[in-house]
Amino acid sequence: MKNYDTLLKDLAPKKFGKLGVIWTSSLLIIIIIGIIAYIDQLIKGQVVTNMRDYALWGIYISNFVFFVATSFVGSVTVAILRLTNNNWRTPIVRIAEIISLAAIVMAGITIMIDMARPDRLLNLFIHARLQSPITWDVIIIPTSIAVSFLLLYFPLIPDLAILKKHFKDESPFLSKWYGILSLNWTGSKAQKAIQTKSIQIIAIMIIPIGLILQTIDAWLFSTTYRIGWDSTNMGAYFISGAFVAGVGALVTVIYVIRRVYKLENYITLLHFDKLGKFLVLACLTYLYFNINEYLIPVFTAKKGELTHLDELFTGHYSILFWLVIVGGLIIPSIVLMFKKFRKPLPMFIIGLAVVIGSWWKRYLIVTPTLLHPFMPIQGVPESWHHYFPSIHEWLITLATLAMALLIITILVRYLPVIPIQRTAEEQELLKNDKNTKS
Amino acid sequence: MKNKNTTSRRKFLDKGLKVGLITAIGGIGLTKLASKLSAQTDKDSGEKMELMTTDGTIIQVDSSEVVEMDHHTKEDHLNHDVREGIPNRKFVMVIDLAKCKNALKCQVACNKHHYITGDNAWLKVYKMQESQDTSPYWMPTTCMHCDKPACVTVCPVDATFKRKDGLVLIDNERCIGCRFCMAACPYATRVFNWSEPNQGEITLAMDMGEEMHSTPEHAGLPSIKGTVDKCDFCPHAIQDGELPHCVTACPNGVFYFGDKYEDTVTNGDETLRLSKLLKDKSGYRLMEGLGTDPSVYYLPPVDRLVNFEDGLEHYTEFQSVEKPE
Repeated sequence: MKNYDTLLKDLAPKKFGKLGVIWTSSLLIIIIIGIIAYIDQLIKGQVVTNMRDYALWGIYISNFVFFVATSFVGSVTVAILRLTNNNWRTPIVRIAEIISLAAIVMAGITIMIDMARPDRLLNLFIHARLQSPITWDVIIIPTSIAVSFLLLYFPLIPDLAILKKHFKDESPFLSKWYGILSLNWTGSKAQKAIQTKSIQIIAIMIIPIGLILQTIDAWLFSTTYRIGWDSTNMGAYFISGAFVAGVGALVTVIYVIRRVYKLENYITLLHFDKLGKFLVLACLTYLYFNINEYLIPVFTAKKGELTHLDELFTGHYSILFWLVIVGGLIIPSIVLMFKKFRKPLPMFIIGLAVVIGSWWKRYLIVTPTLLHPFMPIQGVPESWHHYFPSIHEWLITLATLAMALLIITILVRYLPVIPIQRTAEEQELLKNDKNTKS
Repeated sequence: MKNKNTTSRRKFLDKGLKVGLITAIGGIGLTKLASKLSAQTDKDSGEKMELMTTDGTIIQVDSSEVVEMDHHTKEDHLNHDVREGIPNRKFVMVIDLAKCKNALKCQVACNKHHYITGDNAWLKVYKMQESQDTSPYWMPTTCMHCDKPACVTVCPVDATFKRKDGLVLIDNERCIGCRFCMAACPYATRVFNWSEPNQGEITLAMDMGEEMHSTPEHAGLPSIKGTVDKCDFCPHAIQDGELPHCVTACPNGVFYFGDKYEDTVTNGDETLRLSKLLKDKSGYRLMEGLGTDPSVYYLPPVDRLVNFEDGLEHYTEFQSVEKPE
C-alpha cells in the first residue's frame, strides 16, 4: 500500500514551479503577439504575407503539414505498440496521445489561417464537393480530432477517479472536476469491460484514420500537375515522414517531462533505448522514400523536373535541403544505431534535430515546386520570383507552435502523464510474478 | 372481431391502391411507347429534300426530318443560367503566333475593361524560346478554358465552375481563398487579390455607396479581396454581340474568337472555318499532353509577318499592369 502511495504522489499532477510559470507565460505572450498579427492579416488581407501569385502557398501550409505529420505519433506508438503487445509502452503512451491531440487540433486551426476568407468557412459544408481533396480534409481532420480525443480520454477515466480521491482535501475544486470527468468510475467489472472494449475499438480505428489523414495530406499536393508534387510516391512518403516527425516529437517531449517531473523511475533508460531504435526505423523508412522521391527520378527526369531537382541538390535550396536530409535524417539514423547514444540527453538533442528537420522538410516540399511552374514567370515584380516568409507569417506560425506546446503543457499540468492505474497494476503483477517464482 | 375486420379492409385498400398505381404507370408507359412507334410511320411524308453539309456534299433527307433551327437570339444570350452558360454554344479562341509582335494592346484593353490594377495581368504575352537554337516568339495567353479543367476539379466549394458553353468562370462571392485552383492550374493563369483591390473608378463608385454585385460573367467588376480572378472570355461582351476586348484591341489580328459548333472564328476582319484553319496551319494547344483539353488553340509562329525584335521595345520583364504615375 505504501508503494501505491508513493506511486500516486509521483504521478499525480503537480503545480508548476517557477520555471513552469515562466514557460507558460512566454508561450502566452508568443500566442498573443501571433493573434495580433493574425488580426492584422484579417484586416489588410494576405498581402501582409510574402505569398504571391506564384508562391501561392507558404509556411502556413508547410506548418499545417508538419502538424498533421506530428499527430501521427498517436497512431504509431499507441495503436501499433498496443497491437504488437509491446508492454514497455505504458509510461509513454499518454504523452504520445497528448502530443497527437495537440498537433491535430493545431493542424485544423493552421489550415484556417491560410484561408483568405475565413468568414466563408461554412461554404465548405454548404457547397461541399466531394471530388476536392480539401473536402476530404474537412472530413478527416475533425474525425481525427474526435478519435484522438477519445484515445486520450478513455484510458484516462480510471486515473481521473483516482485523482478525485487524491485531491479531495488538497483541492476540492480540482477534485470536483476530476469527479465529473471520471463519469462515476468505480472500477466495477462491468465498467472495466466497457472501457477495455472501447479502448480496443478506438486503438484499432486510429490506425486507418491516421494513415488516411497522412495520405489525404499528400494528395493535396499529388492531385496537381506540379513538378515535384505530381508523384505516386507521395502517400507513402508522407506517412513515413509523419512517422519520423511524430517519434521525434515524442522523444523530445518525453525528455523534458521526465526531467521536470522527475520521473526517472518510470521512464527509464530502457524506454529511451527502445524509442531510439524506433526512431532509427522511422528515419530509415523515410530515407528510403526520399531516395524514391528525389534520387531515382534523376535518371529519367524531364527538363522541368531536372531544374527542380537541381535547385534542391545544388541550387538555391541546396544548403537547406542537405541540412535537412543529413542533419535531420542520415546522422540521426546512424548515431542512434549505437547504444551509447540511445541515452536521454543525446536522444533529446537528436530528437530536436529531427523535429526541426521535419519542419523545414515540409517547407522544402511546398515552396520550390511553386516557384517552378510550367510557364515562365514573367510580367510580375522581381520579388515574386522568390519566397521567404514575412514577419507576419513568422509571428503567426510561431504562435501556432506555441499554442501546440501550450495545449501539451496544460494537459500535462492537469492530467497524470503516466497512467497511474495501469502502472500500479503492472507493478502489482510484477511483484506477484516474483513472489510466485521465488 | 371488429379489429380483424378493419385490418383486412386496410389491407384491401392498400393492395388496391398499389395495383391501381402500377396499372396507371404501365398504361402511361404503353401509350407513350405506342405513340413513339406509330409516329415514325405516320410522319414520313415521302417527300425528300436536298441539303448541303458543311463539307460540301449533297445529301437527301426526308422533309419531315427537317426542322427550322433556332437562331441564337439576343434573348438566348441574356436569359441563361450563369452556371449553365449560353445554350448551344461552345466558345473557342485561336491565337496566331505568326502575327504577334508584342504590341500589348490586348493586355492594355483587358486590364482596362476588367479594372485590373494589381501586379499581375490576366492576359500575358510571354517571351518564349524553346531552346537556344530555335527562334524566339511572342505568345499571348489567356485562361485556356479547358474542357477538363484541373482548377474546377480541386475547388472545394464549386466557386470555380465549367459551363456548357465552354467557359470556366469564378463565383467571387463564394470563393474561400484557399488557392488550390491556382496550384492546380498548369497554365499559371490565375491571379489572387492579396489585398483590398484598389480599382480606380470602380472602388470610387463603391466608396460613394453605389451597390455593385460581382458576377462571374464580368470578372473584376468588382474584384473581391481574398478571392481568385482570371480571364473570363468576356461573356459580358458576347451577350452584346461583341468580341472579347483582347480580340478587338489587337492591331495585328492575332486573336480569333468563335464557336466550335458553328466551326467559325473571327478576328473582326476575317471570318474563317475553325477546322480548316487548324488543319491548314497546324494548330495546336498548350501542353496537350496533360489532357486538360484547352479551348484556346495556337497557330505556330511560321511564315511570320512581323519581326520578333520589334516586340522587345514593349517587353517589360517585371510588369504587366501599367501603374498610374
